[in-house]
Amino acid sequence: MSETFFGKSVKRREDARLLTGKGAFVDDLKIPFTTHAAFVRSPHAHAKINKIDLTAAKAMKGVIAIYTGKDLKDSGVKPIPVGWLLPGIKVPAHYPLAVDKVRHMGDAVALVIAETVYIARDAAELVEVDYQVLPALSDGAEALKKGAPTVHDEAPDNVCFRWALGDKAATDKAFTTAHKIVKQSFRNHRLIPNAIEPRACLASANAGTGETTLWVTSQNPHVHRLIMAAFVLGIPEHKLRVISQDVGGGFGSKIFIYPEECAVTWASRALSRPIKWTSDRREAFLTDAHGRDHHTEAEIALSAEGNFLGLRVKTVANLGAYLTLFAPAVPTYLYGTLLTGTYKTPAIHVDVTGVFTHTTPVDAYRGAGRPEATYLIERLVDLSAKALGMDPLEIRRKNLLTSDQFPYQTPVALLYDSGNYQGALDKALTMFDYPGFRKEQAAARKEGRYLGVGFSTYVEACGLAPSQVAGALGAQAGLYESATVRVHPTGKVTVFTGSHSHGQGHETTFAQVAADELQVPMEDVEIVHGDTGIVPFGMGSYGSRSGPVGTAAIHMGAQKIKEKAKKIAAHLLEANEKDVVYEGGKFFVKGTPGVSKSFFDVSLMAYLAHNLPKGLEPGLEAISFFDPGNFVFPFGTHICMVEVERSTGVVKVLRYVAVDDLGRVINPMIVDGMVHGGILQGVSQALYEHAEYDENAQLITGSMMNYVVPKADDFIGVELARTETPTPVNPLGIKGAGETGTIASTPAVANAVMDALSPFGIQHIDMPLTPGRIWEALRGRKEA
Amino acid sequence: MASVTITVNGTPQTREIETRVLLVHFLRDTLGLTGTHVGCDTSQCGACTVTLDGMAVKSCSLFAVQADGRSVGTIEGVAKEGKLNAMQEGFWQEHGLQCGFCTPGMIMAACALIERNPKPTDHEVRVGLEGNMCRCTGYTNIVKAVQTAAAATAAGKR
Amino acid sequence: MYASEFEYYAPGTVAEAVALLGKYGDDAKVVSGSQSLVPMMKLRLSSLKHLVDLRKVPGLTGITESGGFVVVGGMTTHHAVSVSELVKKKLPMMAEAAGNIGDAQVRNLGTIGGSLAHADPSADWPAVLTALDATLVIASAGGERSVKIGDFILGPLTTVLQPAEILTQVRVPLPQGRYGGAYQKLPHPASRFAVVGVAAEMFLDAGGAVQSSRIAITGLGPKVSRASSVEQALQGKKPDAAALKAAAAKAADGIEIRDDLIGSAAYKANLAAVIAERVLARAVARATNR
Repeated sequence: MSETFFGKSVKRREDARLLTGKGAFVDDLKIPFTTHAAFVRSPHAHAKINKIDLTAAKAMKGVIAIYTGKDLKDSGVKPIPVGWLLPGIKVPAHYPLAVDKVRHMGDAVALVIAETVYIARDAAELVEVDYQVLPALSDGAEALKKGAPTVHDEAPDNVCFRWALGDKAATDKAFTTAHKIVKQSFRNHRLIPNAIEPRACLASANAGTGETTLWVTSQNPHVHRLIMAAFVLGIPEHKLRVISQDVGGGFGSKIFIYPEECAVTWASRALSRPIKWTSDRREAFLTDAHGRDHHTEAEIALSAEGNFLGLRVKTVANLGAYLTLFAPAVPTYLYGTLLTGTYKTPAIHVDVTGVFTHTTPVDAYRGAGRPEATYLIERLVDLSAKALGMDPLEIRRKNLLTSDQFPYQTPVALLYDSGNYQGALDKALTMFDYPGFRKEQAAARKEGRYLGVGFSTYVEACGLAPSQVAGALGAQAGLYESATVRVHPTGKVTVFTGSHSHGQGHETTFAQVAADELQVPMEDVEIVHGDTGIVPFGMGSYGSRSGPVGTAAIHMGAQKIKEKAKKIAAHLLEANEKDVVYEGGKFFVKGTPGVSKSFFDVSLMAYLAHNLPKGLEPGLEAISFFDPGNFVFPFGTHICMVEVERSTGVVKVLRYVAVDDLGRVINPMIVDGMVHGGILQGVSQALYEHAEYDENAQLITGSMMNYVVPKADDFIGVELARTETPTPVNPLGIKGAGETGTIASTPAVANAVMDALSPFGIQHIDMPLTPGRIWEALRGRKEA
Repeated sequence: MASVTITVNGTPQTREIETRVLLVHFLRDTLGLTGTHVGCDTSQCGACTVTLDGMAVKSCSLFAVQADGRSVGTIEGVAKEGKLNAMQEGFWQEHGLQCGFCTPGMIMAACALIERNPKPTDHEVRVGLEGNMCRCTGYTNIVKAVQTAAAATAAGKR
Repeated sequence: MYASEFEYYAPGTVAEAVALLGKYGDDAKVVSGSQSLVPMMKLRLSSLKHLVDLRKVPGLTGITESGGFVVVGGMTTHHAVSVSELVKKKLPMMAEAAGNIGDAQVRNLGTIGGSLAHADPSADWPAVLTALDATLVIASAGGERSVKIGDFILGPLTTVLQPAEILTQVRVPLPQGRYGGAYQKLPHPASRFAVVGVAAEMFLDAGGAVQSSRIAITGLGPKVSRASSVEQALQGKKPDAAALKAAAAKAADGIEIRDDLIGSAAYKANLAAVIAERVLARAVARATNR
């Protein structure tokens, strides 16, 4: 057995079922006697619940039960907790169903259980809620104004937390010595996730055994179990099994513990009936945690030569109506800590105020904090170049960290692991002829065509770690990952991973890693995930952690297997363990490969136990937990080329070049795919997507009819390449890949559009750069 | 209630259903053909795409009673005798799917696309799939998958 | 995603259909291709109790040429219009427009009559058929009546159709002489409905000057409107680039445009002018080459 799999574009094994309609998504599951749930939701953003009249709804044939927030609270249901606490943070109670007040459009006030989904929906319409409508607000900056409506009594000024990072004195000093200061306010607008599979859950309580099984669209089923069992519903953890097999995309939105699955699980136990709920897209728009939504004032201090001397950032982060699982961490530890970017900026200070508004909660979404940071930095870099009359590439080269500076301690807490930022930039420039482009741009301008190029020389931080440090900073969970490697008597292997795959292809890539480590054929390895009844424990997948953390745990587990197997092999070979090597799937004494024991032989003996070394337990299984010592830091250069049509403001992306350094790559095909998708998300934030509320905090982009989920003809094919700088943080040298595309691309597009508009003296337009906004900015302007 | 007979993947299926059951729910909930998915409620996402009398349609955009007497093809009927068709192979080969939720609809739409236009340009593929949303792939590999399938289909017919 | 309960009927004739509609009045609606009505029903935005499906009524589909008209059955799908050789040859703008409505799946089910009866203010057909001066044939228990397209749509989602009437045919007069038409829209980035759509049918005289034109705009106002100022500005003019630009600049004249997420009223008026200019140029080119 000499074939290895690491680094190969192995076709995905999960595709066999997904291509033929045999996937098992939550809504596909059928259990006999299942009942169906529908939620009664508030049409108002802020209202007092005076009275809920269930009479008509309860009278409908086929209605089994209807519950209100009071019912759940009275029965002992606790608020859904927050997974990251900051000093001084206000954590208002977030009950699965609203109790006295509703605080955002779509807030659930009652749960209807009926024999069919049709009856449940019909009955939900008959629930009469008497609301006393109260003033509402949707904008984060407005929330801080005097006289603004208050979202929670616990936070009368709507401030959830104030958080700061960096050396303020040093930063202030940098500004006093600056040759030039560039200031800009930025709006990083709100996005709505829109994984194509809507959230769903199916809870089935067994009154006989006291066990409850919950199938739920989760990126982290163990976290779901832990929080729902221990904190919300008070179910003994071992009596709740959470299963998330096939999940149709998450992008962060399926990390969180949502009110619906809590209420449905509770009701299933109350009724001893299976209950299914599947979100409508309309509900998804209103209740899936949203992303981004920052107001930022930023300024950068520059030397005459173009060196970045200091960066000062003040951000107001809109957290929505309630805190969801990781909400406080996103605009702080995932944002403020990344403001160094790829640059040598010696002094940075960031100040973040998290505020409540009457909107859908905001939490981690595709990049989570890091796209916001990267957009800010990369836009400031371009604005700085403009202010100093420098080329955007020249200013980058001057300020980029150099490869001899790693590991690099940034002024905002992070220790960058490894990097070669110039290397990625150089490679990107072999793919994109920059001087040639400038000529083309000049020629096009003469014809009234406006081309632009934008760069993003980014770094991101993923594989959040280590647990001890995260705990000290407020995390209420560890950030390791587990793997159980079980070798069966025939030498076949099952790996139970705590990572979760919802599109990432772990069943393939994790098998590649395990097969290599154990020197067995890939088809001899099965990957199992997403079931708390089978997998010992796990933290799930978010923050691009499966590659750098999840596979490392498998690697560790495999080492343990090999160690024990070697003991058995040495015993069978009547050799000293130190002399035995394992190569090509065979154990033999170094130098005499002719006499060997196969992996099969050893596995079989481990279970036969007829002839084991003295004192060695039978069996061949290992569990490992990998708790990395640090984040990993993927980086790269993205280049976007656009054309802006003067007459309509329409932006067309003409080319998109991305060079990413993700450390070592298990499966290039899969990693390319992740980067492709991430890039479109970032492009889409720059150009298309935008969640908008009206003055009454009503979500006006509440469907796919008016919120842009980009379609195939909204973009072009991207050109990808990679450099490879392994990380020392994990044994496989892997950096994360899931979010780089999203994190890097938004500023590349925005910079390109601003470059195209530069003849008109336009320096900045807030995203999304829709035709209407661009035309408005161009209105009345003449080409310089 | 109404009685309908719909031929699904070649087999006539007669059932008593409520008139308000959408075709997609008939397929998923009545027949248990859960490969056809529901991703939106405004007939935009295309995850529910099936064929109706050979034409690609969104099965969330009509009631099952409206398909009475007609013929429906779903993802479950695409592979014949366990052998994937060229489009499924193309998606596999080119990594045209990640989470796989949009994939059945995408494949149904893409099959119809190359049937009408056997040698599409990349742009034609993109425009032709405007009725199907994917949030994972950025469409780059979906376009490649369709082209690979188109080429394989053309080669097979030659 | 789950509609309210309703009774379903699939009558076999127009007479039966209008009888059912007559019987149930405002509680009933007729469905053709389902692409407008069913989405509203499943969002419970339409609360009809009786759904009358025309799919079994013969004679409502197809495209024929007869007596100087291209006659399109009300239940003819957008797809069928887009691939019709007759339409492509005689009324290319109609084929163009049909081929860009919604998406491929929507075009396979959605029908010309259904779209017109739905009267979405951003739909394509009203503009195209206004430019083509179409007449709509409406059947009721009392027989048939004809309504000019310009008199058909009253406002957003409102037409002259009575509860017991069915739109059975669209009759498009075959243009004579040196004519050329074109349609273009800037689609909404999410819904793909027209933010602005401009349709123009131009007739040139022997000398190449504009003899007459019919220009219609969808998307901007509460319903489709004729761009009379543009038509007047073109009348008798040599349709050179400058003349087209000057005329197109008046595209939004008289339309009350509202600001929205897409942009300001001024932006949308500008879009109308830009698109009108392109459409006029293409229409003129077609007329010149005919």
